[in-house]
Amino acid sequence: MALKMVKGSIDRMFDKNLQDLVRGIRNHKEDEAKYISQCIDEIKQELKQDNIAVKANAVCKLTYLQMLGYDISWAAFNIIEVMSASKFTFKRIGYLAASQCFHEGTDVIMLTTNQIRKDLSSPNQYDTGVALTGLSCFVTPDLARDLANDIMTLMSHTKPYIRKKAVLIMYKVFLKYPESLRPAFPRLKEKLEDPDPGVQSAAVNVICELARRNPKNYLSLAPLFFKLMTSSTNNWVLIKIIKLFGALTPLEPRLGKKLIEPLTNLIHSTSAMSLLYECVNTVILCVQKLRILIEDSDQNLKYLGLLAMSKILKTHPKSVQSHKDLILQCLDDKDESIRLRALDLLYGMVSKKNLMEIVKKLMIHVDKAEGTTYRDELLTKIIDICSQSNYQYITNFEWYISILVELTRLEGTRHGHLIAAQMLDVAIRVKAIRKFAVSQMAMLLDNAHLIASNTQRNGICEVLYAAAWICGEFSEHLEEANQTLEAMLRPKVTTLPGHIQAVYVQNMVKLYASILQQKEQAGEKEAAQEITQLMIERLPQFVQSADLEVQERASCILQLIKYIQKLQAKEVPVAEEVIALFAGELNPVAPKAQKKVPVPEGLDLDAWINEPPSDSESEDEKPKTIFHEEEQRHSRHRQPEIDEEELARRREARKQEQANNPFYIKSSPSPQKRYQDTPGVEHIPVVQIDLSVPLKVPGMPMSDQYVKLEEERRHKQKLEKDKKKKKQKKEKRGKHHRHNSLHTESEEDIAPAHHVDIITEEMPENALPSDEDDKDPNDPYKALDIDLDKPLADSEKLPVQRHRNVEALKSPDSEVPLVEKKSKKPKKKEKKHKDKEREKGKKKEKEKKVVEEEEEEKKKSSKHKKKKHKKEKEEKSKDKKKSKKKTHHSEEEPLESVQNGTLEDEPLPVSSCAQTYDIQGNLQNDSQVTVSVIFENKSTSFLKSMELNVLDSLNTKMLRPEGSSVHDGIPVPFQLPPGISNEAQFVFTLQSIVMAQKLKGTLSFIVKNDEGSTHEKLDFKLHFSCASYLITTPCYSDAFAKLLESGDLHMNSIKVDGISISFQHLLAKICFHHHFSVVERVDSCASMYSRSIQGHHVCLLVKKGENSVSIDGKCNDSTLLSNLLDEMKETLSKC
Amino acid sequence: MRFMLLFSRQGKLRLQKWYLATADKDKKKMVRELMQVVLARKPKMCSFLEWRDLKVVYKRYASLYFCCAIEGQDNELITLELIHRYVELLDKYFGSVCELDIIFNFEKAYFILDEFVMGGEIQDTSKKSVLKAIEQADLLQEVGTPQKSRGRNWGTPKIP
Repeated sequence: MALKMVKGSIDRMFDKNLQDLVRGIRNHKEDEAKYISQCIDEIKQELKQDNIAVKANAVCKLTYLQMLGYDISWAAFNIIEVMSASKFTFKRIGYLAASQCFHEGTDVIMLTTNQIRKDLSSPNQYDTGVALTGLSCFVTPDLARDLANDIMTLMSHTKPYIRKKAVLIMYKVFLKYPESLRPAFPRLKEKLEDPDPGVQSAAVNVICELARRNPKNYLSLAPLFFKLMTSSTNNWVLIKIIKLFGALTPLEPRLGKKLIEPLTNLIHSTSAMSLLYECVNTVILCVQKLRILIEDSDQNLKYLGLLAMSKILKTHPKSVQSHKDLILQCLDDKDESIRLRALDLLYGMVSKKNLMEIVKKLMIHVDKAEGTTYRDELLTKIIDICSQSNYQYITNFEWYISILVELTRLEGTRHGHLIAAQMLDVAIRVKAIRKFAVSQMAMLLDNAHLIASNTQRNGICEVLYAAAWICGEFSEHLEEANQTLEAMLRPKVTTLPGHIQAVYVQNMVKLYASILQQKEQAGEKEAAQEITQLMIERLPQFVQSADLEVQERASCILQLIKYIQKLQAKEVPVAEEVIALFAGELNPVAPKAQKKVPVPEGLDLDAWINEPPSDSESEDEKPKTIFHEEEQRHSRHRQPEIDEEELARRREARKQEQANNPFYIKSSPSPQKRYQDTPGVEHIPVVQIDLSVPLKVPGMPMSDQYVKLEEERRHKQKLEKDKKKKKQKKEKRGKHHRHNSLHTESEEDIAPAHHVDIITEEMPENALPSDEDDKDPNDPYKALDIDLDKPLADSEKLPVQRHRNVEALKSPDSEVPLVEKKSKKPKKKEKKHKDKEREKGKKKEKEKKVVEEEEEEKKKSSKHKKKKHKKEKEEKSKDKKKSKKKTHHSEEEPLESVQNGTLEDEPLPVSSCAQTYDIQGNLQNDSQVTVSVIFENKSTSFLKSMELNVLDSLNTKMLRPEGSSVHDGIPVPFQLPPGISNEAQFVFTLQSIVMAQKLKGTLSFIVKNDEGSTHEKLDFKLHFSCASYLITTPCYSDAFAKLLESGDLHMNSIKVDGISISFQHLLAKICFHHHFSVVERVDSCASMYSRSIQGHHVCLLVKKGENSVSIDGKCNDSTLLSNLLDEMKETLSKC
Repeated sequence: MRFMLLFSRQGKLRLQKWYLATADKDKKKMVRELMQVVLARKPKMCSFLEWRDLKVVYKRYASLYFCCAIEGQDNELITLELIHRYVELLDKYFGSVCELDIIFNFEKAYFILDEFVMGGEIQDTSKKSVLKAIEQADLLQEVGTPQKSRGRNWGTPKIP
């Protein structure tokens, strides 16, 4: 044995270590691969040895090679061996290797379970730490399930080092094994208040990540996080919390109000850009500030500014639209990231008014853009912008079609199918545009060689698909049907992709049918026969196609046409019958329509239609149609016919426009066309020249010209309107007509150029509107959407493995939390209350407690300044209990039965009602404040006939309706079902504001439940602090200086010792709790200002010394000042 | 955070940490693709880009690129901060760190990262406590193996 050891260590001398390997690789630049394969051979040898040190060294080298891209999965088992080494040095390397190369597919991963469990319970905290770190990288659902309980135990480890790692890894465990979330959550919540900041921030991290995905389950944590937000100084944590609130606010609008104050404080006081960005992101209130970001020369800030702006855009589009100039400017930026962000913004900024302008700009960029990726992005954006919300912003569809046609000139784009889809969609849904669309598409078909010529450009040839289909389907609008058919039959077509050819073939027949009808009606029999002949001559080229679809269609049609030819020869009119093949109109069907077809009553889709098949034969049988008859389909809305006059006017306008357009093909045939029209010259092969340079397809109308036309049209409209207005005004009062020029054009003023009828997509009848299908079923976070407030069921206990592992620890520690959770009441309560109640509950059985949570929140606003400054004032939680006999013990009993033995006697509060209130003063009335109280029913009973009464003081009185005495309460104008909250407002009058006031009050109400109803009371206190009469008012330093110089202010000062928090935090506290704003700050000295609702000025000079803070105050009223300073002292001494 | 990469100006990978277990093939593809995109960017450009469904935040320190992929809702600036904090940690640990330090002591670089970030979430925001943990662990290593690879001497093989 000893010899073996020695031999091992001697061998080791000649092994390469990691440094040698790295050096070797660097020295073998030319034959690196050869050198490495040689090394891998050596490593394989080393792994065969018994010496664990050698193995660890080998694994370490493998880890390095893995990074270079070499496969080391074959060594997975050796890695596990090294992981299980007793020495930390090797264990560390083993876990590192595992974390780098293990994944869910690694088959030996299950072997690690016991090893990891052993390491987790190791007395050495670094063993545990390294195991946790490793596990976080390769945790699988199985590992998560088996180890969840062990990790949960570690969350209460004595060492913060382990606690924080355990907390963090829980998130990974939740993702892999969602069932563990509910049992583990209470403990996770506890960690939010862990004494160690690292553990606390880890818990914040995990809960924020969880809550971001499924915010509604975490609403009850809002007060806790609010407390953290106002007390934490850690930017990393603050960012997470603010992000969390961002997710919660949409669900609880009241939160938004509450948040504004602390967030603005943060924005004003923080120096960290990242935190500022997060705040701005969440509050999205200062677009103007963002402009500064975007104009900044730092590219990073520019990018983020744009990003934040796009978020604001969703809620406040108006405020962003004013920065259009800036955003368009960003399109010219060198940096692609920035350009793409700017594009995103444009998407949300378009309106009817500016769509054409913006798209025109984009088109210029398309031409200029280098690099296909960016150009493709531009293209998709143009289409997105135009087609958003059902073409809401398009006033002129001719313009849009022209844009689409212009886009086909793009070289090498991948998005041909997008353009094609748009063409189809517009042509089908906008009936009025069909004629124009068809003429444009015919042009495209005619110039197909330009589009399809280059193999690089074959992405764009998708548009031919659309063009062919539109020309065929709406062939009645085609003016030069012959020529188009001609174009479709060119030999070049056979080089197109199969699916396009197939459409060509199908639509040729549609065209042919309509030409045939035309000719027959005109009595031109020869022409009709000629066209048939042409088809017969040309179709065989498609019959030979390699594409099955094309071949099948072509040969089918060829036979049909041959038959027609026979009939024509007999002079039988055939057109009617041919056209009947394509009768009927196709309507657009909504993409979700199929899914939404309701299952008819009585139809069970899972039931066997016939008995289960005994043999394969019955598989051929198909169920009968389950769809409703859709007779009403064609009775869908039709646009009222446009009257003749209007049509004539438009036709005239169109002619005018065409006359001005040099590219427009007039209806008189051009020489080129005549050449093609002549039969007989057909078979002369025409050599087409491939040009890789994007050509202007001749005859294309430029979209720009529409922009101009549109402007003129709008101008005209405006003039007309103005004229009308002038007239009206003149009639009324002739003098004021001058002001009309100030009239601004509003969105609604722009009437669309065409009366377009955008056909809505069809949905089956009785389809249920639902958004469910928009959710991604593969969302990994969906599994974590779990209601955390429900009590735990027995089945939800985490699996504790007993049989596999003899030494698996089941300390009482790990069991207790589970028990606790089981006894958790279905009521939201703060943790601290719970403990107290439990103790008391054991002693006094017949005592009923009413837990009142008062979150006092006071805020004020000065409305005429348009700025609302709201502050959360103080948070207090008070336990109040009232001894009362004859309470509803009967209703508690069923709840108790689920409890575990130790806690049997715990009584539950019957009604706990939380109140939150705001005190709002306003400057318009200096002797009134409004108190808004939010009542929340936290009991399971119904509360009604609520009355709120306050014992008036001499100074402060509740405003009661006339004729009622001071003993009458004011009824609360609503009732509260269980779990519901609502808000009521009460007005108080006050005379002097220089003193703080506390008013006692009572809320009386009737509790109604199955047992009957009882009358209940709840006492509370309303605290009107002096600070609550202050309104945060900004003040400039020069005005502030003048105020101090004026000399009519009284002076007072205080000093508080033992302050350890940072100065910045201190200022934030004063701003936040006492409604001050910072005027100026120099080092550790700051001047602050505020104003009372009765107009007192309050100035402060705050100085921070080593361990103390001194505040000098000046105010018009000395009593007010001293009271304010006292309040401040109290706040600060709590720090 | 989804993953973190360190690579050189020449496109050589120096360190990779994946916080979401990924198959080797996909890893390689993503690394290659991302390196191309990042290396093509000019120094004056911003540090953020959108890539697939992720946001990429990168920063260049001397010849080394530090590159993090984060999810849509994450804060870019704090990620930048995180990168910087990591570089500071490396700097403190190695004493004015350079690319070679990371190449030759790549396992140390991993250990530091592991103490700083776990499972894609920041573990400890305090530089001090991270370094302390690393030192302690290193100390443990010294005790466990007196024969540290660095101090190994070719000259005198021990004879029993």
